Amino acid sequence: MTVRNESARHVMHTTHIRKDKTQIAINVVTYILVTLFCIMCILPFWMIIASSFSTEDAIRRTGFTLWPSDMSTYSYELLFRSPDQMIGAYIVTICLTLAGTAIGLFLVAMTGYALQRRDFPYRNKIMFYIYFTSLFSAGLVPFYLLMVQYLNLRDSYFAILLPLLMSPWLIVLMKNFVKAIPHEITESGKIDGAGDFMIFVKLILPNLKPALATIGLFLALSYWNEWYYSSLFLTTKVEYRPLQYHLYNVINKVASLKNSVAGSNVVITDLPGETLKMATAVVATGPIILLYPFVQKYFVAGLTVGAVKG
Amino acid sequence: MQKAVQTKAVNYRKPSVGRTLKQNRTLILMCVPAILFFLIFAYLPMPGAYIAFTNFQYNMGIFKSPFVGLKNFQFLFTSGQLGLLLKNTVLYNLAFIVLGNMLQLAFAIMLNEVASKGYKKTAQSIMFLPYFISDVLVSLLVYNMINYDFGFISHLVRSLGGDMPKVYQNAGAWPYIIIMVHLWKSTGYGTVVYFAAITGMDSSMMEAAQIDGANAWQRIRYITLPTLKPTVIILFLFAIGGILKGNFGLFYNLVGNNSMLFKTTDIIETYVYRSMMNSFNFSQSSAVGLFQSVVGFFIVLGANAFVKHLDPDYALF
Repeated sequence: MTVRNESARHVMHTTHIRKDKTQIAINVVTYILVTLFCIMCILPFWMIIASSFSTEDAIRRTGFTLWPSDMSTYSYELLFRSPDQMIGAYIVTICLTLAGTAIGLFLVAMTGYALQRRDFPYRNKIMFYIYFTSLFSAGLVPFYLLMVQYLNLRDSYFAILLPLLMSPWLIVLMKNFVKAIPHEITESGKIDGAGDFMIFVKLILPNLKPALATIGLFLALSYWNEWYYSSLFLTTKVEYRPLQYHLYNVINKVASLKNSVAGSNVVITDLPGETLKMATAVVATGPIILLYPFVQKYFVAGLTVGAVKG
Repeated sequence: MQKAVQTKAVNYRKPSVGRTLKQNRTLILMCVPAILFFLIFAYLPMPGAYIAFTNFQYNMGIFKSPFVGLKNFQFLFTSGQLGLLLKNTVLYNLAFIVLGNMLQLAFAIMLNEVASKGYKKTAQSIMFLPYFISDVLVSLLVYNMINYDFGFISHLVRSLGGDMPKVYQNAGAWPYIIIMVHLWKSTGYGTVVYFAAITGMDSSMMEAAQIDGANAWQRIRYITLPTLKPTVIILFLFAIGGILKGNFGLFYNLVGNNSMLFKTTDIIETYVYRSMMNSFNFSQSSAVGLFQSVVGFFIVLGANAFVKHLDPDYALF
């Protein structure tokens, strides 16, 4: 195999010299289109940051611009003058993300391991039981009523923590990852007299690190970006909302915008509405964007394993 | 594996159910949290779909509310509401699937032709970025670009002497905006999937073609595309299976409760959400939801049967 690869590389190298015209054309088009698309992917983020550092006046005059025309940190000062809401939102989101990711990851890994054991006679039945839920659901209303009327989870953070713990897709993805671990490891554990749970904890989990990183990131992202269940189950009675739902309210509801800087003694009509929205977005999303370069390779790995044969 | 088969072969009688349960009790226990999870959050709500056949009164609960038969469905059909929702949902999804896949495939193939590894990696990372952010932030990015008073693009158009329509009052503009935003958000994801499929291809044919003097275009046309065809067809069929499912987060954050835009932007999910949360019309909301679930279920079955026919390995069940 390696020998063939070597020779192939050699051939490619020699043919490289007489590069054909279509190759050059394709490369030129690629560099132009892909680079343009990449700029389009980054530009909006930059715009938000630039706008958040503008003065409200400048935005009224010239709209959102590529570079803040009158540099100002006023909207940030306002946010940090009464940071209660933001800090509360951060704490809620961080707690939900940590707890949800840790619990979800353990449960998904445990289920995924059991369901790919070839000597487990019920694996297909249980897998179908799980998979069926992604084919057919009762819809939003019965789910909502179950949560609110029967489980009494209105205004409870559990209404956000619990439904996001698992999904059929994550379990299938985990199963595909575990399959790559040789069955002999399980066998050797059995010979040593370990129970199935101990085999999973002691022998399988340590070999699952890339899978745990990938699926952990999918879970963490779904908790960090959560606003949907919050909008369904958290009413005004809840003092602190998760970050993205807080941002949703600041963007969409004037009252929330005012509340977010309540106590900073600013006359409401002077409130820099546009820049304040942008600054809130920067503060709420900043960490995930800063982490992004370090974690994105695990996502790519996850997609490669699970996407085509999901 | 071998050993497992051997140890089992020792019990030459087929073991009884009780015995099998006992032998596998740890593995079963390990699945119990997941079984309970899906029981509570997916199976328990199912009987509640009955609400679609009632005139739901909140204080009476689901099963004590008066039964009205198919009245809710009748209203939705005759008022044309359901037709509009179906049309919007299906057309948006078709646009997403067709345009999205073409774009993703093109980007993946083009990236594969680039020699520089650094460029490939960087481009993939950057294209993937929009997938990471919440739809809440997406709505703000869009607002930042196109709102009439301050939007970047609006100002650009005006400074070039043109006039930008007030998009947030103009229903006709939204199909284009939503499709573009969706492509912006999902292209990176799909490109990575297709790119993985391309790099996983058997390279011997490619090498042979290269030795035979095929140029880059011919290699794409006669090797890469035909090799990818099954993957594309299968992903396409599964996408068709989900054609009644809408991307609620995107639509709701972009459009929200702006009723001027509903004609062209209301999909099943947004209607269900609004009629429950804003107008408290639980019965009609769940009727639409149930219709979507049942019809969607049969579409998935059809798509799966089709996939099974093409390549049993890829079928879901």
